[in-house]
Amino acid sequence: MSQGVQMVGLYVRNQDEAVEFYVEKLGFRIHTDVKNGDFRWLTVQHPDQPSFQLGLFTPGPPVHDAGTAQTLREIVAKGAMPSLVLEVDDCRAAHDRMLARGVEFTQEPTERYGTVDAGFRDPSGNGWKMIQTRR
Amino acid sequence: MSQDPELLRRLLRAKDRMDAASHEEWPVHRLSRVSGVSAAHFARSFKEAFGVPPHRYLLTRRIERATALLRDTELAITEIAFQTGWGSLGTFGRTFRDITGESPGELRAREKAAPREPERVPVCILSAADRPDLTIAVSEKRRQDADGTNWSEETEVP
Repeated sequence: MSQGVQMVGLYVRNQDEAVEFYVEKLGFRIHTDVKNGDFRWLTVQHPDQPSFQLGLFTPGPPVHDAGTAQTLREIVAKGAMPSLVLEVDDCRAAHDRMLARGVEFTQEPTERYGTVDAGFRDPSGNGWKMIQTRR
Repeated sequence: MSQDPELLRRLLRAKDRMDAASHEEWPVHRLSRVSGVSAAHFARSFKEAFGVPPHRYLLTRRIERATALLRDTELAITEIAFQTGWGSLGTFGRTFRDITGESPGELRAREKAAPREPERVPVCILSAADRPDLTIAVSEKRRQDADGTNWSEETEVP
């Protein structure tokens, strides 16, 4: 049994939209998608990273009261959550592929000191850096 | 004060566009088109969402980029001024000093004397750590500095 971080959650504004983005546009796979009343436990996985799950959750009951949920929705929509980083083999190719699928890029692929990075956001406002590191 | 998350998401798009091309001109009507709201509504909503008016946000981004270019390249200061969106070297130098407290040349000399080691943080993220904390208008900072009063005090009326 290996030890380590198994899941990190993001807040998204709509879970169906998030599945469409992370699965259809980014190529992640659904790991778990179960409903319990209003609550939906939804996690996705990068195909090359079977030991890690990215949770996609909406703020709201039963975890949050209405005011807290509204605050969280605002924070995500303002892009104020910490940056996420996606490592890729070929940043420019990934950019072209994702752009063709309608991903909203905030920064074109840029080379700095041998690494290439680009920036994009999910529909909710979560910001990603996509980095191709020096090999 | 609560804001509609859908509006915030569209305001973020305008902020992202300034981040991506801070050397360009970003008059309010251009930004408001990106966000799909009226110009009057845009300026007010942007300040409410991000704490500074859109033009001031743009200035901080330009200074941040200029700071990085001064530190990381050998480009002439005139070239850096034009690359980061200023129409004249004088305006660049004055604004830079007003915001950071030193001239572009002084900053470059200081950074050269004490180089940092930034390898452990992605460069694209590190740049945000250099963002000047410009919470009041440049003109107001100039006045306060002349008076010897504190610069962190928020005095601007939106």
